[in-house]
Amino acid sequence: MVKSTKSYRLKIPSQKDNLEVIRNFVSGVAKKVGFGEEDVNKIELAVDEACTNVIEHAYQEDESQDIDIAIKIDYQKFTVVVTDRGKSFKMEEVELPDMKAYLAELRVGGLGIYLMKQLMDEVDYQSRPDGKNEVRMVKYFLKKEKRSKK
Amino acid sequence: MSDFEVKRKDTEDVSVVYLKGYLDAHTAHEFEKALQELVDENRVRIVVNLAELSYISSAGLGVFMGFIEDVRKKKGDIKLAEPTDRVFRVLDLLGFPALYEIFKQEAEAIEKYRSS
Repeated sequence: MVKSTKSYRLKIPSQKDNLEVIRNFVSGVAKKVGFGEEDVNKIELAVDEACTNVIEHAYQEDESQDIDIAIKIDYQKFTVVVTDRGKSFKMEEVELPDMKAYLAELRVGGLGIYLMKQLMDEVDYQSRPDGKNEVRMVKYFLKKEKRSKK
Repeated sequence: MSDFEVKRKDTEDVSVVYLKGYLDAHTAHEFEKALQELVDENRVRIVVNLAELSYISSAGLGVFMGFIEDVRKKKGDIKLAEPTDRVFRVLDLLGFPALYEIFKQEAEAIEKYRSS
């Protein structure tokens, strides 16, 4: 595992056909810093979901806009911040507390945020006063149980 | 260019849809189109073979959910077959095994239709 802080960044047009480039970027960094295959896959999917939300909802398919993806690695965690300048939303309003009921109702879409929360250790969203929206997702190098035993 | 392919094979009353590559928000419409064609043709006994599907995001899962109600109303179903571990983990995370029948082998899924 890396010990010092490192940063990686990708600024990319808000287009669905760029999701593949975004996934390759994120999984490449996650692999490089030592995550196993399962965690790499989780991080990759969580970031895909965050960026899909930006493309479809924040920018509403306006391809002239950019998505900014910043990865920061310190000794204990991998942090990805996805930033846009589009329409903000209230994350608490789209929370899905009961997946069973959700599936039973056969509702389409809106699964992304639920998945992000399942896949990462921490997910938070903020709409900043400067007009930018930020989704911040964290994956720790050690599992929670091991971290708290210290 | 997209790293995704949909193929279809009809055998008697069952249609098998083969997905290959990466199913995300960019490629989901191709899968949606294939299912829509089946529904339009009233071929609603559907098996989706996931053996060569490397990746699925919620956009792809949404396609399954968008059609299941319609298909079941027409007395059909969408059964899933041969998912890789990676794809199964995502299906499982969203509780798909409670809503869709998932088979290890395509033949088992087809057989289920024949026996019902």
